Amino acid sequence: MTSPDGRTSGRGASRRRALSARAVFAGPGLLYATLFMTLPLLLILVYSFFTRGRFGGVVWEFTLDNYGRAFEPVYVKVFGTSIAIAAATTVLALLLGYPTAYAITRLSPRWRTVALILVVLPFWTNFLIRTYAWIILLNSEGPVNTALVDLGIIGAPLGLLYTPGAVIVGLLYAYLPLVVLPVYASLERVDRQLVEAASNLGASRTRAFFDVTLPLTLPGAMIGAIFVFVPSLGNFVVPELLGGGKTVMVGNLIRDQFLEARDWPFGSVIALFVVALLVVLFALQAYISRRINGRQVSRA
Amino acid sequence: MTSLLRIDHVSKAYGSTQALDDVSIDIRPNEFFALLGPSGCGKTTLLRSIAGFEDPDAGSITVTDASGGQTDLLVLPPNRRPVNLMFQSYALFPHMNVRRNVAYGLEREGLSKDEIAARVDEVLATVGLADRAKARPAQLSGGQRQRVALARAIVKRPRLLLLDEPLSALDRKVRAEMQLELKRLQHEVGITFVVVTHDQEEAMSMADRIAVMHHGRVQQIDDPVTLYSRPANVFVADFIGSGTLIPGIAEGAGLSALGRVLPCHAPAPVAGPAVVMLRPESTHLTSIDDASRLLDGTVVETHFYGGSTITSVRVSGLQPPVVVRTAGAPRHSVGEQVGISWAPADAVLLAADDGTLAADPGAAV
Amino acid sequence: MPRVGWLRVPLIVTYAFLYLPIAVLVVMSFNASKTPFTWTGFSTRWYGELFSNELIREGFVNTMIVAIGATVLATILGTLLAIGVARYFRSSIVEAYSLAPAIIPDLALAIGLLALFGLLGVTLSLVSVLLSHVVFGMAFVAAVVIARLGQTDASLEEASRDLGAGAVTTFARITLPSLAPAIVAGALLVFTLSLDEFVVAYFTDGPNTPTLPIVIYSMVRFGVTPEINALAALLLLVSFTIVLSAQRITRLTDAV
Repeated sequence: MTSPDGRTSGRGASRRRALSARAVFAGPGLLYATLFMTLPLLLILVYSFFTRGRFGGVVWEFTLDNYGRAFEPVYVKVFGTSIAIAAATTVLALLLGYPTAYAITRLSPRWRTVALILVVLPFWTNFLIRTYAWIILLNSEGPVNTALVDLGIIGAPLGLLYTPGAVIVGLLYAYLPLVVLPVYASLERVDRQLVEAASNLGASRTRAFFDVTLPLTLPGAMIGAIFVFVPSLGNFVVPELLGGGKTVMVGNLIRDQFLEARDWPFGSVIALFVVALLVVLFALQAYISRRINGRQVSRA
Repeated sequence: MTSLLRIDHVSKAYGSTQALDDVSIDIRPNEFFALLGPSGCGKTTLLRSIAGFEDPDAGSITVTDASGGQTDLLVLPPNRRPVNLMFQSYALFPHMNVRRNVAYGLEREGLSKDEIAARVDEVLATVGLADRAKARPAQLSGGQRQRVALARAIVKRPRLLLLDEPLSALDRKVRAEMQLELKRLQHEVGITFVVVTHDQEEAMSMADRIAVMHHGRVQQIDDPVTLYSRPANVFVADFIGSGTLIPGIAEGAGLSALGRVLPCHAPAPVAGPAVVMLRPESTHLTSIDDASRLLDGTVVETHFYGGSTITSVRVSGLQPPVVVRTAGAPRHSVGEQVGISWAPADAVLLAADDGTLAADPGAAV
Repeated sequence: MPRVGWLRVPLIVTYAFLYLPIAVLVVMSFNASKTPFTWTGFSTRWYGELFSNELIREGFVNTMIVAIGATVLATILGTLLAIGVARYFRSSIVEAYSLAPAIIPDLALAIGLLALFGLLGVTLSLVSVLLSHVVFGMAFVAAVVIARLGQTDASLEEASRDLGAGAVTTFARITLPSLAPAIVAGALLVFTLSLDEFVVAYFTDGPNTPTLPIVIYSMVRFGVTPEINALAALLLLVSFTIVLSAQRITRLTDAV
């Protein structure tokens, strides 16, 4: 503060204080995220361009072969199966989650809170336990088969477990709450007057829903879809426990490359594919969200 | 004259709150009608009941159709009612451009593409937005959005257009402009307008007739001049315009107050506790010894507004000062003793016990 | 009155779908039968066997070490991060970066961390699991606290600083007390998350110190045993209790 121009020095000091406050508060967390999230992801990116080591790790010889291998028919088939299963899960999650979220918005405020908590609650419980529940349910001696046989709907127990269908049910069970919440949030944000306006202009309830509510909640539904689709691709527990290992998905592939085949570079390539997909889908969502809300200046 | 819209003994309660209490209003064809009242007075509930977004508990709302038949609005769902509503927030569809917003209502009528295009072009030209047809609502100014909302409502050529606080979202300058614009459009398109507003200046300057509402009840329905000069009760007198209310006891054609009988005019017979209402421009200042003076007082404040001066005069025994508007510059200084007079026909005598202001003693005295 | 009508159908289907499997697990945990599918009678036998299972007890201790450590670290880092992001950066990019660990696919994070620990020559152990759990735990705490900061008035803190209090005093006297509920809720969430976390632990844990989820995984992988039902019922109880108390403390639904 000995500077002849006290004002400039004061402002400089306050800016320094602001910077040091940023460093004190956000510094450790950002550093931690960089060290334990960004660095690992970059490491995977780097590994994907090198040659596999004999017992895991890499040999520092540059190669693009790992990317080439991803296009071998056996892997293309895994990608195809995974995408089909993840897509089926996502569609089912939207078909069930969207109407549920919509119904929740129509409840009284008190019940709305209860309903939302009940949706979130299973999500915070042990994922393995939730998956395990379906082993019991879908088993040939389990409650589902017993009920169906007792009701006379089927003559003999069905082989429900260890099928792609069981995998889809398991993934749906794991990620359904992740659709309900963003859809609910976006439905809450839709101005009720917009629906009334559509109705005032002659639209029936159904018409107003499809013309106004649905398009305006599309960004929220897309967030939900991404939250189901991407983790479904990367999940290896459900395909293993409910698919009996017969249904190999991207997640299983990555796990096996790292823990069994010990081919880290190739495992990295596949993991990068999942991360890249997440980024691309989020970018797409942001683009569509901007378009729907008309904030982007169109070249008219 | 037959009415276009007949609101007949309509009531609506939310729990213990009576939002609409036995409301009856007849709105005539091609009229610019205003529902005026403070917030919570029930005007918006009434508007939403007409549009179909609220269900009244009792009463009926009927509209006369083009062939002279009566249509019961309350049995129709909102999308079948021959009335259009311009929302306070405008409620423009953010994901559609201006043209699609305006065309939306016509598309629901199942009109041909050519007819829709022609009518949309026409109405966009009317509101002066032909060059913004491809813009999204987010890219428009407040005034432009209001025009789109208006265009979207009038393109349907409804018999009746409801406007919910149409100007409240605009800033002052645009508001004055749009006030004229609305009036012009109403003449041009020949649609009956029903405007809900809490802004009396807006209602007074635009409407042919005004219904003043308070606590879910209609207080008075009249043209602006009558409302101003002949308020039906103390609430209207106090709510519309400015002025002075002097409480007292009705005595023949006068009001016994402040130890004398003040001359006034009683539109309806009044007995017992009463109030006399003086408008600032109908009240005159005289010298303190003028024989025609009716009250004595001391000038406490003068405000010069260019063309006129508002002088506040403290009269002993009266809580709020008497407000007098005179043409030109101030002629009295603060502290000066003055007399106050008025023509008896300009002072309106009103019963005090009508349950509006009498319930709130602090407001009347 | 809200009209629900046919919308009851998805509500009923969804809640039945979400809760019937859980209900079956809990009921079956009291089943006397050795096969976990058919009901033969009421018994608490499997709870007894559960407590005498050495593997499970060991896994439980390991998990508690990780969960408590990760919760403490993640809560401190996440709270500071939230304040820094919401009050001093006010940048959506920095905020997105801070919350990214909660959204990154767990498998990608897991193999990345495995690679990182390998490169740094860190021996895999409970410590590496703990450090890994802090990454996403911190993001969850930050999310809850940022949501809370969005509801509280920044001008209070500005007033305090204007009156001459330094950043540290303002933090201790003004910011921290108003954030306490969010911080506690965030901590409870991290604790449950860490308690139940499998994928990251599976990749970053050493072979001799399995956490409880890893023990469960190896058990269910090689067939179903009734003990798992009892364990499942207990874990559900713990998670439900913690999440419901977090919800009571602050509105969880705002943050997720």
